Amino acid sequence: MEKYVIKLYVTGQTPRAQTAIDNLRRLCEQELGGRYDLVVIDVLERPQLAEDEKILATPTVVKELPVPIRRIIGDLSDSERVLLGLDLRPVPGSDGWGGLR
Amino acid sequence: MMTTNHGAGLRKLHTAIEGFDLIAAGGLPAGRSTLLSGTSGSAKTVFAAQFIAAGIAYEGESGVFVTFEEAPEDIRHNMAGFGWDIAAWEAEGKWVFVDASPEPGEPHITAGGYDLGALLARIEHAVRKVGARRVSLDSLGGVFAQLDDDATIRRELFRIARALRAMGVTSIITAERTEEYGSISRYGVEEFVSDNVIVLRNALDEEVRRRTVEVLKFRGTGHQKGEWPFTIVPGRGIVVLPLSALELKQKSSDTRINSGSQELDAMCGGGFFRDSIILVSGPTGTGKTLITTEFLAGGDAAGERCLLFAFEESREQLIRNASGWGVDFPRLESEGRLKLLCSYPESASLEDHLIAMKREIESFRPDRLAVDSLSALERVAPLKSFREFVIGLVSFVKYLEIPGLFTSTTSSLLGGESITETHISTITDSIILLRYVEMSGQMHRGLTVLKMRGSVHDKEIREFTIDGRGMHIGAPFRQITGILSGQFRQTGEFDGLAPRGALGLPGSRLRD
Repeated sequence: MEKYVIKLYVTGQTPRAQTAIDNLRRLCEQELGGRYDLVVIDVLERPQLAEDEKILATPTVVKELPVPIRRIIGDLSDSERVLLGLDLRPVPGSDGWGGLR
Repeated sequence: MMTTNHGAGLRKLHTAIEGFDLIAAGGLPAGRSTLLSGTSGSAKTVFAAQFIAAGIAYEGESGVFVTFEEAPEDIRHNMAGFGWDIAAWEAEGKWVFVDASPEPGEPHITAGGYDLGALLARIEHAVRKVGARRVSLDSLGGVFAQLDDDATIRRELFRIARALRAMGVTSIITAERTEEYGSISRYGVEEFVSDNVIVLRNALDEEVRRRTVEVLKFRGTGHQKGEWPFTIVPGRGIVVLPLSALELKQKSSDTRINSGSQELDAMCGGGFFRDSIILVSGPTGTGKTLITTEFLAGGDAAGERCLLFAFEESREQLIRNASGWGVDFPRLESEGRLKLLCSYPESASLEDHLIAMKREIESFRPDRLAVDSLSALERVAPLKSFREFVIGLVSFVKYLEIPGLFTSTTSSLLGGESITETHISTITDSIILLRYVEMSGQMHRGLTVLKMRGSVHDKEIREFTIDGRGMHIGAPFRQITGILSGQFRQTGEFDGLAPRGALGLPGSRLRD
C-alpha cells in the first residue's frame, strides 16, 4: 500500500491551527492507520514555502502523495468533506473508476 | 522616500506616474492604502504596476506586486511594452511578486473556517525581503473569485490593510466596479480603505473612448478635484494630462516679438508679447493660413526656430501656399529653422495628439509655435475632450513661454463664432478676427484686433488685401456697421480703399 504524504499549513499557534491539526490527525489515524507522513508548516516561520506552494488561506491541507495532489482549506471540522476531498476513502459503492468499467 | 508635507502634516509619496502627482497634490498619502477602483478595461493593472515600476525607476524604492488574477509571467510580458523590464528588477531584488493567481484546474474545497494568514505572511515576507516601500494588490475581485465566504474575505482584507499600514508601506488596492458612475466597488470593501479612493474611468462619450482618473478622496490631505484625462503611451505607460493645473505657474513677459507683418505689429501696439497666446479666428478663406505663414516667416526673419502643426492642409499644399506669398518653406526647413508637421485630425485621439504634440515641442524646442487650425480637431472628439485638449495644449505652451498662434475656423461665412473660440478666448492674450465684408456687391476682407492683453491696440476694423507678397492692411471700414456679426449696414458712401501705408508705415513686410 502506498504511503500518504500530507502537509498542513497553519499561521502560528492559534486555536484554529490546533483544531485543524487535531482534526487531521484523527482522520488520518482512523482511515490510514500508520500509512501517512503528516508535516505541519507554520507560514510565519516558513513564508517562502507558502509562496512556493501558492498557499493563500490557512489552514490549508495539501495531499502530495499519492497523486493527484489535493487541497482543502479550513479547520477541517467537516470530516465528510475532508475525506472526500483528500481521496482518503473511496466513495461508498464506487470502485474508484466512476462507474466507467 | 521622497515625500511632501501638505497642510495637516500628512505626508505624500511621489508616485512618479507622469502627471498624476500634480492632480494628487504631491502623490498618494504615504504609509496608507488607497483603493483604486475602475470598470474592466480601465487600466487598473497598468496603474498598479506603474506605481511599482515608477518607484523603482525614478524614486529608488522597491516594491511588491501581489497578483490575484493574472499570472506573474503574463504581467511581465504585458508590461514589457511600457519599457519595464520586470524580470531584471526581480533579479536585482527591486520587484517581487506574490503570486496569488488561481491555479488552473484545481478545485478549492472548503471544510471549515479559515483566514488569509498565509497570504499576509507571504506579503510581509516579500516586503521584508526587498525592503519594499510600495505594495500593489491587483485585484480584490480575484480573491473573491477564488474563495467562498465573502464575509471572511472582507474581514481578512481589513486585517491585511491594517498590516500594510503597520509595515509603513504605501499601497494601492485595485477593485472592480460595474458601472462608470455608480458605487465605488462591487464587493463592499470600501470601508476598510475608504480613507483614500481613486477612480479610473474608460467611458464612451459620443462614441469615443475617454480615459480619466479622479481622486475621489484623500482623508486629511489635499488633491485636485474632478476627472482628469489620461492616456496610455507605449514605452511610458499611463500619462495623466494635468491640463489647467499647469496654469498657476505661468509668468508674464513684456518682451515684444514681430507678427511677421509690420502693419499687424502696429495694430497690436508694437507686436505680440513673447509668451502670449494668439487666436486668429475667421471663416474659411479669409487668410488664417496666410497670417500663420507670415508669423512663421517673421520668426525666421528674427532668427528664431518655428514649429507648425497643420491639421487642414497637406505638406505640399502648405508649401505651395507659402511660396505663393513669397515664403520658401523648404529652404527654412533645410536650414533647421522650421518644422512642418501635418497630420489628419482623425489619425489619433485628442489625448494622443496632445501627447505627440508635447513631445515634438519638447524635442524641437521652437521659439514660436503655430497650429493651423485648432478647430479642425473639434470634429474628432466630444466637446469635453476638446476643451481639455485646448486648455492642455495652451497651458503647456504658456508654461514653456513660447508664443503660440492658433487659428480657428468659424462655422458661418459671415460673422459667427466657433467652438474653439468659446473654449480658448479666455486663456488667449490676443484675438484677431478676420471677416468677409460685403460692400456694393463685392466681398472684401476685414481684420480687427479684438483683444490685446496688457497693451493698447488699434480698435478699427481694417480692410486688408492679399497679393504675391502677402498681406496688406489698409484703411478702416468707416461706412459699414455690423461687420463682426455679419449683419452689415452701410452708413455712408464708401470712397474706396485708402492707399497702402494708411497706417503710416511702408506697405512692405519685415523680411523684404
